[in-house]
Amino acid sequence: MVVCHLIRKQTYFDSVTLMLIGSQVKKLDGIENAVVGMCTDYNIDSLKRLNMYQPEFDGLTPNDLIICIMGKDKATAESGIAEVEKRLKSRKQASGASAELPPATQEEAARRLPEANVVLISVPGEYAAREAAQALNNGRHVMLFSDNVSIEEELELKTLGVSKELLVMGPDCGTAIINGTPLAFANAVRSGDIGLVAASGTGLQEVTSTIHRLGCGISQAIGVGGRDLSEKIGGRMTIMATRALAADPATRVIVMISKPPAEKVLKPLFAEFKNIGKPVVVYFIGADPKMIEEQGFVAARNLEDAAIQACRLSNKKQHNPEMADSEIKKLADKVKLPAASLRGLYSGGTLCDEAQRLLQPVIGEIFSNTPVKGCKEMPDVYKSSGHCIIDLGDDNFTRGKAHPMIDPDYRSERLVQEFADPSVGIICFDVVLGYGSHPDMAGEMVGAIERGRKKSGRNPVLAACICGTEEDPQGWQQQKARLAEAGVSVFPTNVAMVKFVQHCLERK
Amino acid sequence: MSKLVSFFGQKVKVINLGIPSFAEDLKKQGVEVMHTEWRPPAGGNKKIQALLAKVEAWQSKVKAGKGAR
Amino acid sequence: MLIDIQEANAKALAAIQAAQPIIKGIDTAINVVPGMKKNLILHAGPPITWAKMSGPLKGAVIGGLIYEGLAANPAEAEKLAASSQIEYSPWHEHDGVGPMAGVATASMPVWIVENKTNGRKTFCTLNEGLGKVLRYGAFSDEVITRLKWMEKTLAPVLKAAIPLAAEINLKNMIAQALQMGDEVHNRNKAATSMLIRELAAAITKTSFSQEEKARVLEFMHSNDHFFLNLSMPAAKVMLQAAEWIEGSTIVTTMCRNGTEFGIRVAGLKDRWFTGPAQIVQGLLFPGFEEKDCNPDIGDSAITETCGLGGFSMAAAPAIVKFVGGTVSDAMNFTRKMYEITDGESQSFQIPAMDFRGSPTGINLLKVCEKNILPQINTGIAHKDAGVGQVGAGLVNPPMKCFEDALEAYVEKYCQN
Repeated sequence: MVVCHLIRKQTYFDSVTLMLIGSQVKKLDGIENAVVGMCTDYNIDSLKRLNMYQPEFDGLTPNDLIICIMGKDKATAESGIAEVEKRLKSRKQASGASAELPPATQEEAARRLPEANVVLISVPGEYAAREAAQALNNGRHVMLFSDNVSIEEELELKTLGVSKELLVMGPDCGTAIINGTPLAFANAVRSGDIGLVAASGTGLQEVTSTIHRLGCGISQAIGVGGRDLSEKIGGRMTIMATRALAADPATRVIVMISKPPAEKVLKPLFAEFKNIGKPVVVYFIGADPKMIEEQGFVAARNLEDAAIQACRLSNKKQHNPEMADSEIKKLADKVKLPAASLRGLYSGGTLCDEAQRLLQPVIGEIFSNTPVKGCKEMPDVYKSSGHCIIDLGDDNFTRGKAHPMIDPDYRSERLVQEFADPSVGIICFDVVLGYGSHPDMAGEMVGAIERGRKKSGRNPVLAACICGTEEDPQGWQQQKARLAEAGVSVFPTNVAMVKFVQHCLERK
Repeated sequence: MSKLVSFFGQKVKVINLGIPSFAEDLKKQGVEVMHTEWRPPAGGNKKIQALLAKVEAWQSKVKAGKGAR
Repeated sequence: MLIDIQEANAKALAAIQAAQPIIKGIDTAINVVPGMKKNLILHAGPPITWAKMSGPLKGAVIGGLIYEGLAANPAEAEKLAASSQIEYSPWHEHDGVGPMAGVATASMPVWIVENKTNGRKTFCTLNEGLGKVLRYGAFSDEVITRLKWMEKTLAPVLKAAIPLAAEINLKNMIAQALQMGDEVHNRNKAATSMLIRELAAAITKTSFSQEEKARVLEFMHSNDHFFLNLSMPAAKVMLQAAEWIEGSTIVTTMCRNGTEFGIRVAGLKDRWFTGPAQIVQGLLFPGFEEKDCNPDIGDSAITETCGLGGFSMAAAPAIVKFVGGTVSDAMNFTRKMYEITDGESQSFQIPAMDFRGSPTGINLLKVCEKNILPQINTGIAHKDAGVGQVGAGLVNPPMKCFEDALEAYVEKYCQN
């Protein structure tokens, strides 16, 4: 093995671009490992751990770019470097095609697009709050995709936002659809009169996509970040968003999706909801629906149900799940599990939680890297044993790699690994479509499935749910066809897929 | 909430700081977006960032003092 | 202290924009340069001692002492230069500027440039020409002889001609030159041509001999960079108008002495912030290598400080041939400078950028915040005294200058 490197001083790229390029180049013939990143403490540790650290890296700063390739010989490693450079260059050209250099600061960007009304921030967490404050002080709404923003910063930002009636969506907010425009990871959903406020990205994607497929539409899908309903933040953004939707003539039904709020926040939140004067569907993930119904609101039992209830209230028609229980059961009756264990490989954390919650009462011991109440911690997150339902978007799996909704590599690898385990009878996974997501996740998963079958000679039952709409860039039907061709049973919602999984396991 | 409600009727125009694909996706949808090739301030130099923050804080005070007049 | 930086900088920029530099005349340094003395040697860049000087500056000092009659030969000159009898001071602390080594002594003739808006004056020697000249550290008989001719003939002829010609507004001349392919740091051909045109008739009208007048005209004509020694004091007198506005973060000086790079900031009166002078990256003339090059040297970065030179590269794209670049690169260098400046020149417009005003008013805070350094294009001197120019290219100041200045600024204004 030979390690070659190239340093580009004072050359900055965002980490996602670099990780994707590293990931792609690593797949080339003869390349053992590729580290492409800014010289941050984190990357230095990675390089040292991989025995790829070079003394020339001493004294570099986080503004210097390192390309480090480990290849079977010098020529291969050097060609790896050339490949990385090629991809970086085409990245630069893609953005630099116009006559002017792109702005390097929010200030310059605002000078060139003064009518901007939203700032979408996905810079490293330590700088995100400052950019968000600048945006708010300039009268612009903020979507804060960045995580690693402190709760103190979040409180300051939301207090400022509320004082100016400006949205602060986040931190760690991956999904929003504002005024019909999908922001970051979001689906193409038709307009309508259902307004949503959510503290979960994939949860919001699942509910909005399902609403669209059921024939209804949305006015706004406002993400508030996972900590908004904590005691410290007190639901500030949720309350402001809810009040606005209450006053919005285009919104007739309101949906609230989040983990159960902190005790102290619950009472004022319910009081707010009571003042709305429009029907409210509440899904507090894992909470007792009775607690919500007692307050006079519609309680959803799961994400699919939240969408169904919202549609019913929107067009006053009865809506049923897209796949009837009987249909799902029939499909399950047709298959035979070669072995007993389930492996759930999820890219969406909320969907992973939902699957655990639905299956926990019925299939026995479930392990997870992010166990919900009643499920157990996996002893080794890298090696499954028994029923495992895994959130591959969790930190453990995304060190130095982009999120599994963007970069399918690790999940594909893990799928092949699960295929090889003789105790595995059924594998299920989510495919999240929409803007921001991989252009052909179904194709990637099919590739992994074929590799898995070939390598192991085994044929576990496969199930997938596709979270998305036909209008998404990937096309729901096309993605379904790709999976179905490969022998995967495809479902419109996580709930439907989990019902199928349950029936299959109960049958064995 | 009238300010926020009236925003609901407007076209979204975005300044994107960070991941380029977010801006590319918006462009594909015909949304006006200004992508910024954002870099950490002061080249990531913490000492300089701290000094600049002091200047910013001082200027906020100065401007606030003026506003009060 | 309650100072609004935006206001202070706007004031500084307004003063710079309002300046009207004109050629006032020519006189001997000892007569007009503030603080000039027989044993004082003015030089380019921030303060420096003999021991720390690089080759070209040492050579120029030796030549200066011989020219001034303080030493009879190079060996004597060197001994004298190292002694306490000779004092050294930056040109910038005496209202002037000098290209490359920038050495000036008491008997040298200097241009007098006046800012008609505030009456203040700046000074600069006359440009000797190319090749083996004092500013590159040469001190041979040929150099001294030429300097004497300049003192005895060139300067007096021009001094007499100036009042006989129409007043020369250097701001207008530079503005026109910018629209003719000059950036008045490394490209001065158009400006030099215009200067000769303005003075030619007046020169013929002076009462010197035919031969002397002809030689003066030929001398100016043979040197494309003759105008540089006017663009520099013009830039200096414009920036001087912002000195020393309280609280302003506008950079009013950028200069190098071949060892260190120095900057000064409007709101930090008289203070120097220095760092190591960098090696210029560019094209070397045949036969020379990087190891032959002296670090960055000269007060000519005053042009960049004022939005000319490297900041106006889009007006003189041929410059980037020195770094193997394209016309598009030249445009991008200029564009980048808008990120660190507070304004755009009302006079210096760049045709290729749709006549946009050149980036003016370098803001210390922006340089630090955006981590973008001012872009300078400049000549490269051989590191040995007297060899001359070995190439040209691009260079930046060291970030340290700006970091130190920011620290000093915070200490002065932000502690409460």
